[in-house]
Amino acid sequence: MAAKRKTPVKTRNPDLIRGVGKYSRSKMYHKRGLWAIKAKNGGAFPRHDPKPKAPAAAEKPPKFYPAEDVKKPLLNKRKPKPTKLRASITPGTVLILLAGRFMGKRVVFLKQLTSGLLLVTGPFKINGVPLRRVNQSYVIATSTKVDISGVIVDKFDDKYFAKEVEKRKKKTEGEFFEAEKEDKKKLPEDKKEDQKAVDASLIKSIEGVPDLKAYLAARFSLKSGMKPHELVF
Amino acid sequence: NSSILIPSPPLSSISNTITHKQTPKMPFKRYVEIGRVALVNYGKDYGKLVVIVDVVDQNRALVDAPDMVRGQMNFKRLTLTDITIDIPRVPKKKTLIEAMEKADVKNKWESSSWGRKLIVQKRRASLNDFDRFKLMLAKIKRSGVIKQELAKLKKENAS
Repeated sequence: MAAKRKTPVKTRNPDLIRGVGKYSRSKMYHKRGLWAIKAKNGGAFPRHDPKPKAPAAAEKPPKFYPAEDVKKPLLNKRKPKPTKLRASITPGTVLILLAGRFMGKRVVFLKQLTSGLLLVTGPFKINGVPLRRVNQSYVIATSTKVDISGVIVDKFDDKYFAKEVEKRKKKTEGEFFEAEKEDKKKLPEDKKEDQKAVDASLIKSIEGVPDLKAYLAARFSLKSGMKPHELVF
Repeated sequence: NSSILIPSPPLSSISNTITHKQTPKMPFKRYVEIGRVALVNYGKDYGKLVVIVDVVDQNRALVDAPDMVRGQMNFKRLTLTDITIDIPRVPKKKTLIEAMEKADVKNKWESSSWGRKLIVQKRRASLNDFDRFKLMLAKIKRSGVIKQELAKLKKENAS
């Protein structure tokens, strides 16, 4: 094929109505300059002969033919879209966790990770919730915002939270009957340091707002007379 | 408590007429009349204060407010208030607004106990989760102070 233009040409033949162009075939021939191309090429339109193709390798017949024709599954080129973050959730929003170990805890939202999960932190010193991933569906976003400008969250991503892959040791006969030794998994020191670093500036901005620290330390619960569909969060 | 105006007796006997305000003890205090301010208690305009500017028939009134298009409303959708304003029948919007300013409807309503209750209800409904927490702390603090005083008084009484 001839070299492609960097920008596709806007059509030189505007539509009068759909299906009817303004210029006739002969006018378009002139507009496109095909007469000039012909003149440059000595009266005939330039032809590019197809390049000689390298000889294709001889195809061997397959070793195995299935007894019945096997159907190939349809090609799936679908790329899942990144999870849409609710408009009410912005960095610094206080969220209420609705499920799991920390159900009812009020927690500060830091950022959305590439997997779509939300990165949140208690802060740990205030309510015991560490840097953690949480699904958007299990969260109520309140309208309370915390100033999060001093916090650096760039180093946290889904890989940070991946489980450690343990290598299974092969057991000899004698050891097989011993109870499997389970050492308690200690939290690595660098994770603790990360938590402290994130929480340091967060706690300062939280203490700047009266009662906010006690608010984050308390758990949310539905009390008598509270109607969730009428509550403003 | 609402009722339609009693039609007045024929003009010839005006001097002997008993106007509705002079009749002996009537069970109704708030009457449907032109200029009566009412609260809408059902429908799209729920919670609005409107003025009755005309009566259509036994069940419906023509109703107007500064921020709505004048239209008819069933009396069942209205709750009469104590406030009336002085307007001619079906006034122009401008006249209506002037009359409402003159009678100071807004302030009268917001200082009445009914109006104040509605304002408090609205405020409570719009409280944030954080606001509700702060409210809880304030209630606990207040009751703590009250209990302290009570304990003091009890002690004085006992001794």
